[in-house]
Amino acid sequence: MGVINFEELFEAKLAKNEMIEPKDWMPDNYRKHLIRQISQHAHSEIVGMLPEGNWITRAPSLRSKLVLLAKVQDEGGHGLYLYTAAESLGTSRDEMLDALHTGKAKYSSIFNYPTLTWADVGAVGWLVDGAAIMNQVMLQRTSYGPYARAMVRICKEESFHQRQGYELMTHLAFGTPAQKEMAQDALNRWWYPTLMMFGPPDVESPNSENAIKWRIKRETNDQLRQRFVNQSMPQIDYLGLTVPDPNLKWNEEKQGFDFSEPNWAEFKNVIKGNGPCNKERLASRNKSHNEGAWVREAAMAFAKKQNENYQAA
Amino acid sequence: MNNDSQGPLWEVFLQKKAGQPFVHCGNLHAYDKEMALQNARDLYTRRNEGMSIWVVPSSAIVASSPEDMGSFFEPANDKIYRHPTFYQIPDGVGHM
Amino acid sequence: MSDNEALFKYTLRLGDTSLILAQRLCEWTGHGPFLEEDLALTNIALDIFGRGKSMLEYAAKLEGKGRTEDDLAFFRNDREYFNALITEQPNGDYAKTIIRQALIDCFDLLFYTELAKSKDVTLSGIAQKSIKEITYHKRHSFSWVNRFGNGTEESLTRLQNGLNDIWSYTGELFEMTEVDTLLIKKGIAVDLSVLKPLWEKEINQLLVKANLVLPESLYMHSGSRNGLHSEHLSYILAEMQSIPRMHPTAKW
Repeated sequence: MGVINFEELFEAKLAKNEMIEPKDWMPDNYRKHLIRQISQHAHSEIVGMLPEGNWITRAPSLRSKLVLLAKVQDEGGHGLYLYTAAESLGTSRDEMLDALHTGKAKYSSIFNYPTLTWADVGAVGWLVDGAAIMNQVMLQRTSYGPYARAMVRICKEESFHQRQGYELMTHLAFGTPAQKEMAQDALNRWWYPTLMMFGPPDVESPNSENAIKWRIKRETNDQLRQRFVNQSMPQIDYLGLTVPDPNLKWNEEKQGFDFSEPNWAEFKNVIKGNGPCNKERLASRNKSHNEGAWVREAAMAFAKKQNENYQAA
Repeated sequence: MNNDSQGPLWEVFLQKKAGQPFVHCGNLHAYDKEMALQNARDLYTRRNEGMSIWVVPSSAIVASSPEDMGSFFEPANDKIYRHPTFYQIPDGVGHM
Repeated sequence: MSDNEALFKYTLRLGDTSLILAQRLCEWTGHGPFLEEDLALTNIALDIFGRGKSMLEYAAKLEGKGRTEDDLAFFRNDREYFNALITEQPNGDYAKTIIRQALIDCFDLLFYTELAKSKDVTLSGIAQKSIKEITYHKRHSFSWVNRFGNGTEESLTRLQNGLNDIWSYTGELFEMTEVDTLLIKKGIAVDLSVLKPLWEKEINQLLVKANLVLPESLYMHSGSRNGLHSEHLSYILAEMQSIPRMHPTAKW
C-alpha cells in the first residue's frame, strides 16, 4: 500500500508522545483548537502588560521599578513567542490582533480586574502568575512543537515573576501597618478572581477528551484549583494574612483544604465583557495599535525603498 | 499573508559560545534586516543566551516535508559502513 | 565649593538626567507601535534606569548624610532636581521620542566615552559600562531616524515636527557651571565645549541623511543646571514620588 495514511501517522505520533511540527499533517480541528488556544494565551500576555504596567511610573523604589519594568517586558516577550507559534499554524499576527482589537478573541479574564494599589502588583505576580505557572508547566509537554518550545522558554522566565510578586508582598506584610493593610486588601480582592483562572468547575466543564489526548491538558480545572489552594496557604500564613473565605479549613481526610467556590455568575459576567476594566483594556490596546499604524507603514515603506522585499510568511 | 502590517517573519539563530553551532531559537517580525538583527538581540538575548546572532527571512527557509521522510532519511539507515564502529582494528595498534 | 560638594552635584546631575529620561521612556512600555519595538525601547529604558540608579547611589555616598538613592529620587522637589530639560519633555508621538533619543544618545556616547577617562574611579566605572549600552541605543535610535526620514511623507513630517519641538533643549546639554570648571581642573569632569563640535557634526550628518532641516530659531532654553525646569517636571515627580511620599517611613 503506497498511500500514506496521514491521520494514522498523526495518531501514532501522539501515542508515542512525539511532537507535531508545523509542516506535519494535522486534523483541522486540532489546528483550529491550537490557533484559538495559543492566540488567546498570547493575547493574555499582551493585555496582561497593562494592569501591572499601570504602576511602572509609580513604583516606590528604583529597584522595584527596574524589576517591574523587566517583568512587564517579559510578558510582552511571552506574547511574542506565542504569536509566532500560532503563526506557524497558518494564521497571521494581523489576523490575531484584529480579533483581539475587535473583541472577537478572548483573553484571560483576570486582566479585566483593576490594579488599585501598589500591593496589587505583588498580588498579581504572586497569585496570578503562580496560578498561570501551574497551567504552563504542563504545556511544556504539549503535543505541538512550537507551542511546547515557547512554553519551555516562558516557564524559565516566569519562575522569577512569582518570586518577585511574593517578595513584594513580604515587604508589605512585614512593613508599616498601612502597608500590611494594603497587602491584605489586595489579597482580598485577588483571591477569588485567581481561583477563577482555572476555569469553571469540572461538572460544568466535562474534560474535553481531545484536550487530554493532544496533551493540551493533563489535570482537570478542579484538581488544579485544589493544588493551587494547598500550595498557597502556607505562603499566606507566613505573611500573616488571611484568605477572604470563612469556609477555608484543612481537611485531614482529603489531605487538602476545603474552600468556597468563587462567584461563577461574576466570572461569566466578566467574560461577557462586564468586568471592571474590559472596556479600558481593549480601548488601550486599540489606541496603541492605531497610533502605531504610521510607524509600521513608515518601516514598511523604508524597507521597500531599500529593496528589502522579504516575503511575509 | 503578504499584506501583514507587522512586517515579514524572521527565523532567529543564536550561537551560545564562540565555536558552537548556531541553534534556532525562535521567530520575530521585522521590516528590514537591521531591525531584524536588533529585535533578535532585544528579544532573545535578554538573559545572556547568546553572543552571536543570525536572522533569516522565514520565506527563505526550505523545509523537507513529512512525506519525504521515507525517501530522504531511510536510505541512510543501512549504510553502516559510514560509521567508524563498522571497522575492526586489531588490538595493540592503539587508539585510532 | 568643596571638591566633594562639586562632585556630589555633578553626579546628581548625571543621575537625575538618566532617571527622568528613563521615567519618560517607560511610559511607552505596553503601548509601543508594535510588540518588538515595545520590547526594544523598554530594554533601553532599563539600561538608562540602571545608570541613573548607579549615579544616585554614588551621589548619596558622596553626600554622606545617610540618604539612599531612593531618598534622593523620591524625596527631592523639582527645584532640587538637575536633570537636563530635554529629558523631561513629553514623549509626543513615536517620532518625537525617537529624535529626542537620537540627540541624547549621540551626546551621551561622546560624553561617557570621555567620562570613562575620569580620574574618579566610580564615575569612570559607570561610564565604561554605559558606553556599550549607549552604543547600542544610538544604533537603535539612529536607524529609526533614518527609517522615519526615508519612510513615508507622514513619518518625515512627524519627525521634522518632533525635531522642531525638541531642538531648543539641546543647547543646555553643553552648558557648564563652576562645578564643571572645578572638576575639569581635577581631571574628573568632561569638558563639554570639546564635545559640542563633534556632536554637531554627527547630528548634521544624521539630519541630512533623514531629510531633516534644523529649525530656524536658534533660541535655546536653559535652567536645569540651577534646578529651574519646565512645568512638566513637577508632574513627573508627583507621579513618580506619590507612594513613598504617602508612606514616608515605609520600606519597599
